[in-house]
Amino acid sequence: MKANPRGVLTGIHFLDGDHAAAEGALAAGADFSAGYPITPSTEVVERLASRFPRTGGTFIQMEDELAASIAIQGAVWGGAKAITVTSGPGFSLMMEHLGYGIMTETPFVLIDVQRGGPSTGLPTLPAQSDMMQARWGSHGDYEIIALAPSSPQECFDLAIRAFNLSERFRTPVLLMMDECVGHMLERVVIPPAEEIEIVPRRYTKIASGETYWPYSLDESPNGDLVPAMTRAGLGHFPHITGLTHDEHGYPAMNAQAQTVLVERLIAKIRNHVDEIMILDEDHVDDADIVVVSYGITARVCQPAIAKARAQGLRVGLLRLVTVWPFPEKRIRELAGKVKGFVVPEMNMGQIVREVERLVAGKAPVSSVTNAGGEVHDPDVIYRAITEVKR
Amino acid sequence: MVEPKAKATGPKGHVFISPERCKGCGFCAQYCPTGVLEMGDAFNRKGYHSPIASHPEKCSGCDLCGMYCPDFAIYGVKHARG
Amino acid sequence: MSNTAMEAALEGMEPQAGDVSEADQHPIGEWLRQERMPHIWCPGCGIGTTVNCFTRAIDDLGIPREQLAVVSGIGCTGRVAGYLRLDTFHTTHGRAIPFATGLKLARPKTKVVVYSGDGDLFAIGGNHFIHAARRNVDLTILCVNNFNYGMTGGQVAPTTPEMGSASTTPYGAIEKPFNLPDLAKSCGAVYVARWTVYHVKQLSNAIKTAMSKPGLTFVEMVAQCPTLFGRRNKLGDGLAMMEEFRKRSVIKHGADTRDCELTMTSPIVCGTFVDTARPSYINVYSEQMHRILGDRYIMPDSWREVLS
Repeated sequence: MKANPRGVLTGIHFLDGDHAAAEGALAAGADFSAGYPITPSTEVVERLASRFPRTGGTFIQMEDELAASIAIQGAVWGGAKAITVTSGPGFSLMMEHLGYGIMTETPFVLIDVQRGGPSTGLPTLPAQSDMMQARWGSHGDYEIIALAPSSPQECFDLAIRAFNLSERFRTPVLLMMDECVGHMLERVVIPPAEEIEIVPRRYTKIASGETYWPYSLDESPNGDLVPAMTRAGLGHFPHITGLTHDEHGYPAMNAQAQTVLVERLIAKIRNHVDEIMILDEDHVDDADIVVVSYGITARVCQPAIAKARAQGLRVGLLRLVTVWPFPEKRIRELAGKVKGFVVPEMNMGQIVREVERLVAGKAPVSSVTNAGGEVHDPDVIYRAITEVKR
Repeated sequence: MVEPKAKATGPKGHVFISPERCKGCGFCAQYCPTGVLEMGDAFNRKGYHSPIASHPEKCSGCDLCGMYCPDFAIYGVKHARG
Repeated sequence: MSNTAMEAALEGMEPQAGDVSEADQHPIGEWLRQERMPHIWCPGCGIGTTVNCFTRAIDDLGIPREQLAVVSGIGCTGRVAGYLRLDTFHTTHGRAIPFATGLKLARPKTKVVVYSGDGDLFAIGGNHFIHAARRNVDLTILCVNNFNYGMTGGQVAPTTPEMGSASTTPYGAIEKPFNLPDLAKSCGAVYVARWTVYHVKQLSNAIKTAMSKPGLTFVEMVAQCPTLFGRRNKLGDGLAMMEEFRKRSVIKHGADTRDCELTMTSPIVCGTFVDTARPSYINVYSEQMHRILGDRYIMPDSWREVLS
């Protein structure tokens, strides 16, 4: 369906990533946010606080990130489309509720505008050091969808995509920004509402008062594994719990129920990787050296790659727009063909571990680390490219 | 799901007991305002003593027993008027 | 039926083969998820009694079933949500109140009740309670206070009386416990009451009143945990503890909440302590937006249903 015009600020804007992400949420039809201030994400909620009353939404600043990350889920079960925003320390606090959302299959978007860590770290400076936390930060086994924008424009576009994926798969989706993309100002084009495609929440067709089971697959096409949704007030009387549950939603404290549920939650994402995956490839198909990067660092790679190409090296850039699920298939494909991989990231080596795992020793993988605080010097990346030896 | 129930009828109401639901706490017998109930000697399947209506003629169907019962194992119903 | 208890029950009684007629059904049976019975609570536990009080209250109130929601946290009391045939949400430890806040703000037409235990609401959840009361979100918070963490084996709670034995204070609790009515009042709750589970009628009425008032309403339901707190402190079984509630209770409507402290042996002051009025969160929010933004304010559709 098309976006509701009341949330779409159509036009050509000069915005930073934080503001663009807020506009993306609004364009996607978000109508609820509960947040908590934390640098460098605060501007997102400040903008939502200002814009929501004029677009039919509600913003509430909660007392902490623990409250914010669960208040949005209460709102979703009241029928809202909800988002919360944070940075490192708040991301850590939100982990329990990320798991609750995954377990209860509650769609929402959670933005992490990454900053230097660990702990209080560098509140005003960028990093990309929460990428593994995005994958593994909550306890238990699960799959997660995480997108990484490289520009304010992408903050807008991927915020919409994040909502669409969350509704499609009835799961929380992460938007992994960083302080650089969040605070840089760039041209952001917001199209007319009728050009924005929105995936609506798939509500159950079961009538009010009839028997509805919140985790039944009866209304799901074969293999889809996504149950139909409901909300409070429709006469469906779901019981929603974070305990391991059966398709009735009732707690089922046994290994069989655990196996059925956890395997379905994981397969729900894994089986649809192709639908979820977005990769931005530049000269990868005939590359000798593939640079794998994401977020702001992918842009910092560009002058380094250009310089290397000018020296005659066949270098491609594989930009991960979808970081999780990780593009296993593509990396495995490339592993047998290329002379080496270079993985620059603004952390001490996180996504590179996935690359290494999938390359499985078939080619050298070079990790270009950065403790955070400022983007790489492109020359460091250039040197790593030139030093790739088969 | 249909619990086996026993019913005792007094002049003003009935009391229904589901002995298999009972966990023998004794609230109903203690707090019945007219003394209808006693905890019985027999055991249910789980080993608890459930109540018996030893004085059904005193039952008014007030449902105080039902309000106390933590296991929804007993309740009272007033006779319909008229 | 061939079991002896059933036979015994039948002395002087008639067996009911099959389901009884509608007029003779359990008065609140339709509010329960009967397929999930029996519940997990111990013999003599007070929680089931509070469920009787709650279900009779909602039965009397006549709120349409689909306009009610119950949100609970983690613990024995948290399991209440799973046994009620309503829109029910069993959330994370301590966070029922913020979940309920989000639910209420998205769907104000739904009457949202938070039903949870003393540890869940006032230890890990304490911060959320004080803010919800401050905001005067339209929620009814029902707290089963059994003076310990039952589900996990009887650990000390912020309500455990001084000297009370608990598994993590085996030599007696040394901390002064919360005085819940006083805390609720000082944070801005507009209705504050305490009853024990002995007072089934008054408790049910208090729940009805609390649910009928807009704003943050709070009912403390003093209950027994005979298996853990009771046993550790040699308080006897459920009935013995219930009898102690009866004997120690003193009804003082309008009492100063500072006089509502509890010790292992003190009187248990019961009654309605606060019954006041203050515009609820959504009312203040929308009025302010109207005032400041005029007709640029677009009220959420779900709010239009309740505010005209």
